Amino acid sequence: MTKPKTIIEKIWDKNVVHEIPNRPSLLYIDLHLIHEVTSPQAFEGLRMKGRKVRQPKRTFATMDHNVPTVHTNVIKDEISKLQMDTLRKNCEEFDVPLAGMGHKHQGIVHVIGPELGLTQPGKTIVCGDSHTSTHGAFGALAFGIGTSEVEHVLSTQTIWQAKPKTLNVKIDGELGTGVTAKDIVLALISKYGVDFGTGYVIEYTGEAIRKLSMEGRMTICNMSIEAGARAGLVSPDQTTIDFLEGRLHVPSGEEFEQAKQDWLSLATDPDATYDHTVTLNASEVEPQVTWGTNPSQCIPVNGYIPNPNSKDDPNAQQEIKHSLEYMGLEPDIPINSVPIEHVFIGSCTNSRLEDLKQAASVIKGRKVSDKVNAIVVPGSQTVKAKAEELGLDKEFLEAGFEWREPGCSMCLAMNGDAVPPGERCASTSNRNFEGRQGADARTHLVSPEMATAAAIAGHFVDIRTFV
Amino acid sequence: MEPITQHTGLVYPLNRAHVDTDQIIPKQFLKRISRKGFGQYLFYNWRFDEKDRPREDFSLNQPKYQDASILVGGENFGCGSSREHAPWALEDFGFRIIIASSFADIFFNNCTKNGILPVVLKEEETQQLIKNAEKDDYYLTVDLEAKEVYDNAGFQTTFDIAEYPREMLINGWDEIAVTLTHDDKITAFEKDHVVY
Repeated sequence: MTKPKTIIEKIWDKNVVHEIPNRPSLLYIDLHLIHEVTSPQAFEGLRMKGRKVRQPKRTFATMDHNVPTVHTNVIKDEISKLQMDTLRKNCEEFDVPLAGMGHKHQGIVHVIGPELGLTQPGKTIVCGDSHTSTHGAFGALAFGIGTSEVEHVLSTQTIWQAKPKTLNVKIDGELGTGVTAKDIVLALISKYGVDFGTGYVIEYTGEAIRKLSMEGRMTICNMSIEAGARAGLVSPDQTTIDFLEGRLHVPSGEEFEQAKQDWLSLATDPDATYDHTVTLNASEVEPQVTWGTNPSQCIPVNGYIPNPNSKDDPNAQQEIKHSLEYMGLEPDIPINSVPIEHVFIGSCTNSRLEDLKQAASVIKGRKVSDKVNAIVVPGSQTVKAKAEELGLDKEFLEAGFEWREPGCSMCLAMNGDAVPPGERCASTSNRNFEGRQGADARTHLVSPEMATAAAIAGHFVDIRTFV
Repeated sequence: MEPITQHTGLVYPLNRAHVDTDQIIPKQFLKRISRKGFGQYLFYNWRFDEKDRPREDFSLNQPKYQDASILVGGENFGCGSSREHAPWALEDFGFRIIIASSFADIFFNNCTKNGILPVVLKEEETQQLIKNAEKDDYYLTVDLEAKEVYDNAGFQTTFDIAEYPREMLINGWDEIAVTLTHDDKITAFEKDHVVY
């Protein structure tokens, strides 16, 4: 009898090209996603050495980090424009498919991969972006890489990798009403810290994960990197198959049936073991709000801002003090009393159709507070078009939200969509780091529903009682 | 990349945990299309205020640290974004060695591809080094062949690093050229490999 394996080991074994004792293995990459910010130096490196892209058809490019979300026909920032023009030229020169500005499939790289069916179970997927872990929701081994590694994958379609340790994050129990996948992952990081996943690939298991939609699974896998894990994945099941069937790059007919069998057989074997396991009870998770400058600095919406004096360790005290100072917050006050000036609904964490539907469902004819600027940035042209078919754009606009063009936007504020210094934003994105949404901007991470509620109330409110 | 075997340099202490790559190089500087010239933007929001004036209270702005080449930081150094602009900025500023009790995975890899040696020491050791450097001009020697870190006042310790990055750093190899020596294996693999 063969030893039971996790999905991580199955994908690893399937994709190892070459092994050398006491060295990393050469791992084959099935899909390489590219965007404008982390690729120009890689293409330049190829050119300097006269190298080619080995598998242009296993490479796919889009523009997302730097794209404007208003007046997209004119890019005013010359340096941004050069970066986008450079990607277009590189894709032409090296024959790489591109969904650039103006293309009907353009969007955030981690939104369009799944949407187009490029993301599939069992694939090894890399991208010069740390949130590549998102694709793990499909049972793919997907992780972020640096630009030197982008160049390496372009040239060789492989990467040197040490076999990862496996971490089982088991989430059982039933999610309460108004509590989302975003709250699960924030609560998880709040419980175990921002580096409990370092050196591991996470598999999310348990009944709460099984009950989540693909969108919810993507939200959780997306934030694996905020726990230090380069990759996080979910074994494929019928939910995965149903999502994939009929998508552009997914095979059809008999080939689909074959693929389906292969994909389902990748799921972790019943008796497989992991290097480490941690657990979370979904029924205890409440809507979360981050108060500090990393995603583990997070409390339930009815909680109080922590007091540095509650810690014995001077370094821990200092860390809280430093975060409170940056965030302009006093200890021991309720987080739901904190007023906000901005709301951002978007990013590779929460900009899919389901996220926008859930965010819109909170509006119920109410208006955004006159003290709040609120923007909605769909994850892709496809999401935007579908949302508009459903009339979500009108619901948001009537409530006083702005309805923008797709891109990474205010998640990293590279394209000019920024929170001004000292101002506070309820954001559905993934990082509340100092300066992330703009120099001296103050970010609070929340779910899409919580973001809409905060936009209307002008401060954080418990979505469960906001009826 | 420039090989690194042994390095002696002035230590810059940065006693903060979870220094993320957004701090190391903020996003407004990621729009450039070359690998060079990022040093001037290193830790930008900590070094400069909103009017681009140097913040005098930030230690890296002290004249003596302009020659620092070893950074000792807190745990989980380099977490967050995969941007390789972070090691490009550190290297361009003059840092060749980063010492911390733990590193984020992607940042660690990115350093080793750019001739920067990330050294993992115990937390009590990094705290000791930070204290020494906060007190006075403090020099350390890092020997990658012997896997040792020492000063001239009696501090001496060893560190672990996997053989592969060690070899790459010592030799300054072009990793792609190394991989292409396995080109036949990749081609053979591709023949049988199923991707839908």
